[in-house]
Amino acid sequence: MNTRSNRRRIAALGIALAAVVPLAACAGGNAGSGSTEAGGAGGTDPDKFTVMTANENPVLSDELDALAAGACKAENKALPIEHQKVAQADVVQKVTLLASQGALATHTIAGTALIRPDGDLGKAGLVGDLKAALEDAGTWDNVLPAAASTVEQVYGGMFSMPYQYNIEGIFYNKQIFADNGLEEPQTWDDLVADAAKLQKAGVTPMTEAGANGWPLTRILGMYIYRNVGPDAMVAIQKGDAKLTDPEYLAGAQALADFAEAGYFGEGFSTRDGDTSSNMFLTGEAAMTYDGTWLLSAINDPDRNQIGGENVGFMPFPSVDGGKGSIDQYPANAGAPMIVNAEQFGPKVQDWISCIAENYGQQALQDAGVISGFKVNGDVTDISENTAEIQQRIEGIDETVLWFEALFDPKSNSLASTNVTLLTTGQMSPEDYMKDLQASLDANK
Amino acid sequence: MNSIFGDRKTIFILLAPALLLYTLLKIVPVAWSFGLSFFEGNTLRGFEWVGFQNFATFFTDGAALQSMWVSIFFAIVATVGQVALGYGLALLYVFVLRKGSSFVRTIVFFPAILPTVAVALLFKSFVAVGQNQGPVNDIINFFGGDSVEVLASTVGTMTTAIVMTLWGSMGFYAVLLYAGLLDIPEEVIESARLDGANGLKLVRHIIVPLSLPILLSSIIFSLNSTLKVFDSLLALNGGGPGTSTAPLTLYMYRTAFEYAEYGYGSTIALVLTMLCLVFTLAIFRSSRRKAEV
Repeated sequence: MNTRSNRRRIAALGIALAAVVPLAACAGGNAGSGSTEAGGAGGTDPDKFTVMTANENPVLSDELDALAAGACKAENKALPIEHQKVAQADVVQKVTLLASQGALATHTIAGTALIRPDGDLGKAGLVGDLKAALEDAGTWDNVLPAAASTVEQVYGGMFSMPYQYNIEGIFYNKQIFADNGLEEPQTWDDLVADAAKLQKAGVTPMTEAGANGWPLTRILGMYIYRNVGPDAMVAIQKGDAKLTDPEYLAGAQALADFAEAGYFGEGFSTRDGDTSSNMFLTGEAAMTYDGTWLLSAINDPDRNQIGGENVGFMPFPSVDGGKGSIDQYPANAGAPMIVNAEQFGPKVQDWISCIAENYGQQALQDAGVISGFKVNGDVTDISENTAEIQQRIEGIDETVLWFEALFDPKSNSLASTNVTLLTTGQMSPEDYMKDLQASLDANK
Repeated sequence: MNSIFGDRKTIFILLAPALLLYTLLKIVPVAWSFGLSFFEGNTLRGFEWVGFQNFATFFTDGAALQSMWVSIFFAIVATVGQVALGYGLALLYVFVLRKGSSFVRTIVFFPAILPTVAVALLFKSFVAVGQNQGPVNDIINFFGGDSVEVLASTVGTMTTAIVMTLWGSMGFYAVLLYAGLLDIPEEVIESARLDGANGLKLVRHIIVPLSLPILLSSIIFSLNSTLKVFDSLLALNGGGPGTSTAPLTLYMYRTAFEYAEYGYGSTIALVLTMLCLVFTLAIFRSSRRKAEV
């Protein structure tokens, strides 16, 4: 009898322990209560300059290696570069885990929402202030003001190195436009009329990678920026306006109508990025709304069968009676690349300064990538398309963000997933905007 | 030998390594996840005790409930389909093809060894439309119809997913049920035939009751695997269009790893575990009731 009751006691204790231990362990993991201060160059140098980049962007690690062997040789000798890789889709998960274990790379890719001052990394004080560090090193003037402004708008501070500086707009096939007697449309109504003409001529008017969602929401967002003005999405973020307001709803309606008319071509909702680019670069589609990262494909003769001379670039057209201007280009500075504030010591500061001074020229010369850094030195043999975009960027006075830039991660995802329903007629523009606004309200 | 297995210490020593490994790899993570479902946060932000709030949130979260229905719908339809087709094939192997069934068994079983993601991509290309149009639309065009954008609709995506699952798994269930049918004594079937039971009557009154245990095991096995469907629906259409074909597993993954809400993600995992348990118990109960009758 005694043995049995003892056994029961042990079993009960075991069950209680099994339940309590994990709970206690969970409660102990309170790692993120740090200060919100993001100190520039206030950390301690690590042994190595570890850089974590996305698998999908080999150019960045290649160019940093090139700098390590060239212009930043001294910095690399003092603090050797070491690469880590992560799949773009796993960034939030991996960075969160590494940061909680104190194992975050010195210079790392991160999620947009994570690095904002109210994001998990920002709150934990792990995001270095690059402006302070570069000003301290006297190299801040190597960051283009437009790129700095974009970074500050998206992340709430200068927290990311602008390894890319992309503007977005509509790439078009000059030959197809000429054959159909078309000129660059200046208003949305002109664009729709041109699309109708192209469709009649048997050409897909505009190709987009509907499977990715965001290329479609970009169009919706740009319509809103042109209609409401450059502060359209800031007003949503602040709660001064709602996505269900008529002037915002008009954007969803315009996109839905454009898709319903068949101007994106057959099968657009499951079309992936490469297929979409290929449709444009093989002359099957007359236009594509995309970012200037498309230049790498345009400059690749194996992919570009219509020839660089036939590729034109125009801004998203204005909307009749709208408050936005055709000259306000949407801009972004690539995936966020932060410096771990805990490791932002003098040697890391030297590395970052060297990158700021030399990356612009290195990336443009070597990979044709337009970055947010000043190009110090001569660059030879860049394509006409790249030169034209670079010239256009220099002439831009005001930029806007993209539709989801200021959204929380859940609403961001919802915008992209539901846009397929919107553009295939399975969801009304009212419902699309209503659901999105509800998500924004719920995740404030 | 009896004296060895009669000794409690020996039993403990022999079981301990496996039990320890099982506890570390299975019980602890499950208990850990169970514990996490009462918290909010992640490893970086820290965890905050929220009691049953995550559970309350789940039952008012439209996206979560929608995902739950997607999982349940998929599990029921796929289970009915794959067990019925598997059973039909098993009957075909035993009573029609007999000893010559090994070639057909191998061919029908083959898709079961293919990675589900590869199968999903294959079916995606079958129903593709546009520049790389697949054979399904080629056939529709051949008969004069317009191409159909199958994956643009919920019905189209779900139908493709179920056809794909049936194609991939019916061979496996056929082999499983075939093994069960082989266990039915030949004499029983013979005597039933002599008593005048043939065709459907034989299957209904003799074969099905005698193969009921393996049939129930197949149903439980199938329900549990289809309730946890993840990779095939993700690879086929990313849970789309919209989130209309996103199962609970995909919602759990997105919540925990994309939105870094580990607590709520664990709650969703727990609900999924409970669903599996409820379905398994329901099948057990119904079988017991049948046995009692």
